[in-house]
Amino acid sequence: MAKTPKPDELSKIDYAPPQSAWMDTPAELKEGNWCYGAKPKNLETLHFPNPREWRVQDEDWKLPENWQEIILKGMKDLLDKYRSFRVFMDICVRCGACADKCHFFIGSGDPKNMPVLRAELLRSVYRGNFTKAGKILGKLAGARELTYSVLKEWWYYFFQCTECRRCSVFCPYGIDTAEITMMGRELLNLLGLNTDWISGPAANCYMKGNHLGLEPHTIVGNLEYMLDDIETVTGIKITPTFNRKGAEILFVTPSGDLFADPGTYTCMGYLMLFHELGLDYTWSTYASEGGNFGFFTSNELAKRLNSKIYAEAKRLGVKWILGGECGHMWRVLNQYMDTWNGPADFLQVPKSPITGTVFENAKSTKMVHIAEFTADLIKNGKLKLDKSRNDNLKVTFHDSCNTSRGMGIFEEPRYIINNTCNHFYEMDELTTREKTFCCGSGSGLNAGENMEIRMRGGLPRANAVKDVVDKYGVNMVANICAIDRAVLTASLDYWVPGTGVTGVHELVANALIMKGEQPRTTNLRGMPLPGTEGQE
Amino acid sequence: MNAILSLFAVIGLALIAFIGVKVAHLEFLFGTAIPYIALAVFLIGVISRVLKWGRTPVPFRIPTTCGQQQSLPWIKQSKLDNPSTGAGVIGRMFLEVFLFRSLFSNTKFELREGPKLAYSSTRWLWLGGLAFHWTFFVVLIRHLRLFTEPVPGFLHSIEALDGFLQVGIPGVLISGVVLLFAATYLFLRRVFIPSVRYISLAADYFPLFLIMGVALSGILMRYVVRVDIVSVKMLTMGLASLSPVVPEGISAIFYVHLFLVSALFAYIPYSKIMHLGGVFLSPTRNLANNSRMVRHINPWNYPVEVHTYEEYENDFREKMKKAGLPVEKE
Amino acid sequence: MTLTNFLSEKKTVILNRWYDSILNTYPSETAKFLKGQKNPFLNPVGATTYQGIEKLYEYLVQDAEKDKVSLYLDSIIRIRAVQDFTPSQSIRFIMSLKAVIKNELKEEIETHRLHAELFAVELKIDDFSLLAFDIYMKCREKLYQLKVNELQGWTYRRLQKADEVYKKECVYEDIHNELIEFERKEVAK
Repeated sequence: MAKTPKPDELSKIDYAPPQSAWMDTPAELKEGNWCYGAKPKNLETLHFPNPREWRVQDEDWKLPENWQEIILKGMKDLLDKYRSFRVFMDICVRCGACADKCHFFIGSGDPKNMPVLRAELLRSVYRGNFTKAGKILGKLAGARELTYSVLKEWWYYFFQCTECRRCSVFCPYGIDTAEITMMGRELLNLLGLNTDWISGPAANCYMKGNHLGLEPHTIVGNLEYMLDDIETVTGIKITPTFNRKGAEILFVTPSGDLFADPGTYTCMGYLMLFHELGLDYTWSTYASEGGNFGFFTSNELAKRLNSKIYAEAKRLGVKWILGGECGHMWRVLNQYMDTWNGPADFLQVPKSPITGTVFENAKSTKMVHIAEFTADLIKNGKLKLDKSRNDNLKVTFHDSCNTSRGMGIFEEPRYIINNTCNHFYEMDELTTREKTFCCGSGSGLNAGENMEIRMRGGLPRANAVKDVVDKYGVNMVANICAIDRAVLTASLDYWVPGTGVTGVHELVANALIMKGEQPRTTNLRGMPLPGTEGQE
Repeated sequence: MNAILSLFAVIGLALIAFIGVKVAHLEFLFGTAIPYIALAVFLIGVISRVLKWGRTPVPFRIPTTCGQQQSLPWIKQSKLDNPSTGAGVIGRMFLEVFLFRSLFSNTKFELREGPKLAYSSTRWLWLGGLAFHWTFFVVLIRHLRLFTEPVPGFLHSIEALDGFLQVGIPGVLISGVVLLFAATYLFLRRVFIPSVRYISLAADYFPLFLIMGVALSGILMRYVVRVDIVSVKMLTMGLASLSPVVPEGISAIFYVHLFLVSALFAYIPYSKIMHLGGVFLSPTRNLANNSRMVRHINPWNYPVEVHTYEEYENDFREKMKKAGLPVEKE
Repeated sequence: MTLTNFLSEKKTVILNRWYDSILNTYPSETAKFLKGQKNPFLNPVGATTYQGIEKLYEYLVQDAEKDKVSLYLDSIIRIRAVQDFTPSQSIRFIMSLKAVIKNELKEEIETHRLHAELFAVELKIDDFSLLAFDIYMKCREKLYQLKVNELQGWTYRRLQKADEVYKKECVYEDIHNELIEFERKEVAK
């Protein structure tokens, strides 16, 4: 919400902002659009520079004297390290194809949310300092100086990008704003400019193994809650193991699913599925995070947090790793983990102990996506499923950005949904698969204080959900991402109230007929199963 | 503002050449020295730029995946949009470089929605871009006839194809005309679409005007202010054989054309026109999505500070024991 | 001829003017996109807004779908409530319809002396505004509710955790302190 205007301003009929060139229009940092700044405690834990108390709304961000030098040196360093960065700085022709592809632009109408302009924020400084044309011609060549106001603009807009990569699908050169934003954030972090919502979880993850800071006994405790609930619903007592050496498989999932509804139901789904299969697997409290808020901070921190997964697999002596439903976690596992912390030569090529299927596509990383694992089980007829137990649901599927555009896992979850639900409806094809719209809160933007921008960013997705709600009576949005489960809940509550959010494995668990289970009367959420209403 | 400045810059360039030849009689300078310098700047600039890109490592395998991944054998992979092999990548790059597939995907579904002009603008961008680049390429190839003797057969075929309209004397070559129109379209959309105008820099208008100037002077030379083609060929052959001659009686318009071309060539390495090289090096397009099958190596991968299991257990040993979790050290 | 007739006759013109006046509350770069992109999935703001004002206008002219007025107002205001607008900017687009009608039907109103009817229409528009205010407040309350929900989810789980640990006679102190610190932090924000 903007500032309260004066009475005479109210009488103006047209509120059209001043027509000045974007370079001449400094960003106005509006509340509701930004997240709180990083706390010194967390930066210290992570050994990041410039830990101090600071507030975004203050004039003075307490930067080191030579902050410009630090940024420019950092920029030079990144230009030398990343071909992507160098090429993307040089080749944009500003054709405008990406302009209307960003969910934040669509929902907010702020022209600086056009991907091309978000990149120009960096590019202008790059030209001014690293290109001949920019040094000589200055503004004519699109160059500008790195000023305090430019730095604030970076902060404002690089934390208004969810690194969803939708723009890069439409760019004729594949320029990827996620890459630009990652570089931008990397530079900002050189000055201790991160958000509290990102650095807090990252520090937690570093010290305690997961973003939520759940300590080992709490993880056990949280899972025990779920096990009680599972017993209530199915009559089956499950006893998973933790940190067990010699297990065949290490299971890693985002910690959000251990903590908050509706992710917990997905987590129950994993527990029930693995129990039914008699899978020889273990949880880890040390590598208890699949997600990676370091990825939203800097390459180095991402690698530091990610290292625990292989380290723990090695310590426990497992054969391979199974990963739960998460979005950016899978971009990291698919495109970064092996490069950072591999080779995982102490592991074996993943082979499903149930079906014997060898996962050739994961033969180097040795980590399998649970949707791949479960789709294979269903295809081989290893699961007894009663689809009618999900008949109270009319389901649509939201493709998560990272699994879509950083991996390409489209058919597996759909195959599972079609085998566990009778009522499945796709959203408009302009908004699914590689063209999917972000939930609006990815890449560490799922804080509370920036709720306005989250809602704006979530509008294009919610709008497509609304369409299937109106057309088919859809009441449940399935997805394979923990952040989706957390934030779509809020976004849909605002835009399309009454629509639920679920992980795919919650659907599996509800449909799964387990050996020795009591007749089920409710689903995992304690809602009466279709056909059993009023029987109790 | 940016557009006007750029326009004046190009007009200025044209005037320099015109006055230089008409008034100062610097035919040798404009006919041989400047083209050589421009070519040298072009070659050195482009090579050093491409080398700079090429030498910069690709630390991570980050293709933008636009289709189903290679997964279980019974799931159909989208081999072009999410390639996992070199062949797939080549296919993807081919469609990208020659047909601008990503730009086209803008509109795939909108076409179905009906023929309303309002939202077919992105399709125009694809068409305009395609026309612009292909005709530019054809025009460039056609000019090879000025630097070869005898002229190779394929150039005759291209020219025949180009002049398929068979109107006018000399026959109208469609490529030059389309090039001019396409460049004009690209310019107009920059001016009239507010969001595109908002993002446009002088560096976007200048090359467009320059190319329009080149095309216009070329067309004028061929159809209006006829130049002595024999003398021109003597000059160009002289350039090509490194024994430059400047024949008498070539009209000034030719020197304007040549100077604008020289300016364009010298400008390319320092401008966004380098996208023609960059597109081949874009890591989101030219890599296979096989990073779970084959380990991608980051040449500057370095060891980082980690919080080890041992440290973790030290922090939580008592709590772990109470919760019944196994520990390494009692 | 009644004012209703004129309003129906000039529906397209008035609607478009009204729509333009709403689009003018956005930066011009955006306005063009909002107006040009007709696909509702690619342009939810423009599509929802246009559809909403069209229905409101129909109600204004024909009393059609009376019960749905708040629904259509809601669809527009829900968007504006999370965009960079002040509360008044969020709902003033309704008032601008008055000016549009007066401008477009100036002659007709004078010639046919339709002032009484115009007054009635304006009253209806005023009702829209009041309704819009209610809706705007509901949207903002919802936003804060969402913030509270997320916070409560956290606090609830922390409490649960504390309780669980207590039952196990484990390190209650730790959790207690953590909880206090967590709440202190939230209050500080």
